[in-house]
Amino acid sequence: MKRTVPLIITFLGGVVLIIAYFIPYTQAWGEKAAVFFDVLAAIAFVLGGGNLLKNHLKKVSDRVAGWGYSVICLVAFLVTLTVGLGKIGVNPNTQFSNYAWSGVYDQVGSPFWWLYEYGFKPLTATMFAILAFYVASAAFRAFRAKNFEAILLLGTAFIILLGRTYAGVVLTGFIPDDSAFSGLKLENFTVYIMQVFNTAGNRAIMIGIALGVASTSLKVLLGVDRSYLGSGGD
Amino acid sequence: MNRDTMTWTIIFAIGLALILIRIVTSGGLFGKAYVKAVPREYAQVAAPGEDENWIDVTSEEALDYDLTQIPADERITWTSYNQTHPIDYANAMAADPNQSVYQFSFWRTFGIWLSAFFTLAIFSFLYKDNPFYKIAESVVVGVSAAYWMVVGFWSVIIPNLFGKIYPESVQSWAMPGLTGESAKQDLWYLIPLILGVMLLWRLAPKGAWIARWPLAFIIGTTAGMRLMGFLHGDFISQIRNSITSIYVKTAQIAADGTPLLDAAGLPVMGFDFWESLRSIIIIIGVLSCLVYFFFSFEHKGIVGKAAKLGIWFLMITFGAAFGFTVMGRIALLAIRLEFLFDDWLWLLDPSGKRLADTVGLLMQSFPMLT
Repeated sequence: MKRTVPLIITFLGGVVLIIAYFIPYTQAWGEKAAVFFDVLAAIAFVLGGGNLLKNHLKKVSDRVAGWGYSVICLVAFLVTLTVGLGKIGVNPNTQFSNYAWSGVYDQVGSPFWWLYEYGFKPLTATMFAILAFYVASAAFRAFRAKNFEAILLLGTAFIILLGRTYAGVVLTGFIPDDSAFSGLKLENFTVYIMQVFNTAGNRAIMIGIALGVASTSLKVLLGVDRSYLGSGGD
Repeated sequence: MNRDTMTWTIIFAIGLALILIRIVTSGGLFGKAYVKAVPREYAQVAAPGEDENWIDVTSEEALDYDLTQIPADERITWTSYNQTHPIDYANAMAADPNQSVYQFSFWRTFGIWLSAFFTLAIFSFLYKDNPFYKIAESVVVGVSAAYWMVVGFWSVIIPNLFGKIYPESVQSWAMPGLTGESAKQDLWYLIPLILGVMLLWRLAPKGAWIARWPLAFIIGTTAGMRLMGFLHGDFISQIRNSITSIYVKTAQIAADGTPLLDAAGLPVMGFDFWESLRSIIIIIGVLSCLVYFFFSFEHKGIVGKAAKLGIWFLMITFGAAFGFTVMGRIALLAIRLEFLFDDWLWLLDPSGKRLADTVGLLMQSFPMLT
């Protein structure tokens, strides 16, 4: 019951989507299974929110070190959730103006939009932006042109970075556009690398990934890989 | 005072001094947002033989009705606030100081300052971990968890779950546009509802195994979708794209740049060396990389040489990927810096709008300048 039924559900869920691809009659089954998946994925967000609430409330209640940050996290979570679920400050849809809840939840000017625009967006964008420093720092420490392969990697990265900037255009600007060597202009060379060498490497990688995903999926569907069920009895 | 406290004090002092300098030099004209108030009014009308309908009183459709007869309780009004340019506000105030169409927006201004604080708080981690970064980190965790919950609720759970199980109920309050075929009840959707409840059971102290059933469904459908998606979208299409001609012929171009045509008026095709070379390099690259990925044979002899060539192609690919990743991150960094120096401090002027804003607002603030 605890392990066999999930294995059967996994098999059926996957097989419905696979046969829907080959048999037109079953296409609607596949579409329905895909919508079920979307619904469960949305409910998984609720599970995530519930888990966050549970863990941070426990931290606050136990007064563990840094519990104040948990309070901030909980306040941010509850405020966003309240204004979002309650569609607070959202005007009705102009086509259905007598339906107070008909407006879109992220309407421009609403408190939920405000939290997204001035909270979520700058915070996440800056989090990713500071990775620029860490990538550069890691590259500086890790990359050494100690063999031919490393030189290829470093050289390509350098050319791509330079070729996509104005400095690259200026550096090889002396080469006439209509000359036989115009392909050596950094902006053209970058395009050539991307369209030829990068395409070739990426194609092989994508073929490899596809084969890997297909074999892993088959292992999961056929019950060979059961790691997602965990090892415990409960 | 230890070294850390001193460093943070100096950073704060410098930051505060810079903001004060900016306030003095700009006359307080930065980091502000303005909105334009747009009143909306809808009236309930009914044409002979038709159902009652709500229309925008400013629309062309409204001209067909006598709206003066419609009582106040059959009208709905609200005001939308659209972001506007400071110069529009300045011009409107110059024309009529009592106007209320263009307004200073406290909440959007506060939002800009809060965004600036969050941006600087995250940047502060570049020096070292600190309470400001931790505050920003806590806020992003809380806001993003709730954000995705709200998105999932309004864009999936309501239309795709409750909208299928109780279409009439959902139609009556949240989705008035739910009509026709999509408004039919479909009790198959009780399955994801039950599985969803089972998934949430994971939060309960006992019976966590119950959540395995919905988890199994998620894993199974993901495996099915990925299996077909990757085989069709990547495996087959990449092989198909790689099967190209290595003897490429293209339309010949005359010295004056026009295509050469034969007696029948068709383009004259000729051997294109560079395109052919390009195709050959791609095919050799793909095959050699695949040889490198093939571990059933020892990489010796001709196989080893092909694998070595594959490594070179892969190194170029990784170099290009690295270059693009760095470019992407730097672009994001540039956007954040642009926000700080343009939207917040009004120091940069990439779109040439700030000069007009500042001059216009100064004129409005100090009429003696005009």
